[in-house]
Amino acid sequence: MIRSEILRDIAPILRDQLVVCNIGLPSQELHMIDDNARNFYMLGTMGLSSSIGLGLALAQDKTVISIDGDGSVLTNLGTLPTIANNVADNYTLLIIDNGSYGSTGDQPTYAGKKTRLENVASACGCENVVVCKDVDTGKVLQEAIDSKQMTVIVSKCDSGNIKLPVITMDPVVIRDRFMKAVAS
Amino acid sequence: MSISRQIVDDFVANDVSFITTVPCKQLAGVIDEVEARPEIFHIPSNKEDEGMGLCAGAFMGGKRPAIIMQNTAIGVTINTLATLTQYYRMPLPMLISYRGELREPVACQVEMAVHTKALLNQMNIPTYHFHKESDADELDAILKYTFMCNKPVAILTDASFWGGYGDQ
Repeated sequence: MIRSEILRDIAPILRDQLVVCNIGLPSQELHMIDDNARNFYMLGTMGLSSSIGLGLALAQDKTVISIDGDGSVLTNLGTLPTIANNVADNYTLLIIDNGSYGSTGDQPTYAGKKTRLENVASACGCENVVVCKDVDTGKVLQEAIDSKQMTVIVSKCDSGNIKLPVITMDPVVIRDRFMKAVAS
Repeated sequence: MSISRQIVDDFVANDVSFITTVPCKQLAGVIDEVEARPEIFHIPSNKEDEGMGLCAGAFMGGKRPAIIMQNTAIGVTINTLATLTQYYRMPLPMLISYRGELREPVACQVEMAVHTKALLNQMNIPTYHFHKESDADELDAILKYTFMCNKPVAILTDASFWGGYGDQ
């Protein structure tokens, strides 16, 4: 499976949760598959999906899922010790690990070579780290939500993209409707 | 009252309850004070752009955030300020140690000091410079202004404000 197929697969699970979605194609794909007010689309700022999601989870009680990529986690590797040391049990970090920078032309990441993000997360002190195959992402994600324990999921999938348009929604509209969904 | 306590009192009085920090020697006292306050969730970050991401999330979760960092971080965070904090119109008080000013013992700090105000100006970030201890009397108004206009706002605090570098 490629990332867009995983997102389509897990959309029914994401639908009821607060979702912070990574810059570029992941946000465009989620926007196309199931746009709703509980999705926060990142239009810029590569690497900060996990940080925004953690801050959100620590600030309120609803379940938060950050959808990130292996390349973006590598960009902000300092996020993993911060997550490990500030446990928010309403938080799941879902790293869709296709071993490549998908939005920029599928250049290989180091996660697609020797680096194992699940090992990095564990070494940083993250206590619930689950590695899964692409087809099992939904099941593992649902289990993480139900466990009410902070979880880092590394979902291994194929690299590859679909063609789709950029998000033209105004960022302040995305933020405002998201905040209303958070507060509702 | 210590200046660090006064600063953190102003944060608390303005309902700032989520503060991320990247340390600087000048800020050690205020970071200790942040850590000590039960009203504030203190979350150290490894890099300042990461901290701004945490603050963005906390703001959307209903908390008033702030970041405490050194002015060298302006060089690290331009993209985050432009494409996250400003683009989504979020408030962010930035209490910044202004290294490389008068009484600075480390020459390299001057290299970012000479760019600090120019970069903040280029970013259209409202900027206040605390040089004397009495300048901190404006912090309460600066915080109210920040959360009124939903912008990142810089508060530069130089060595003279903190009383020099001690025995360094």
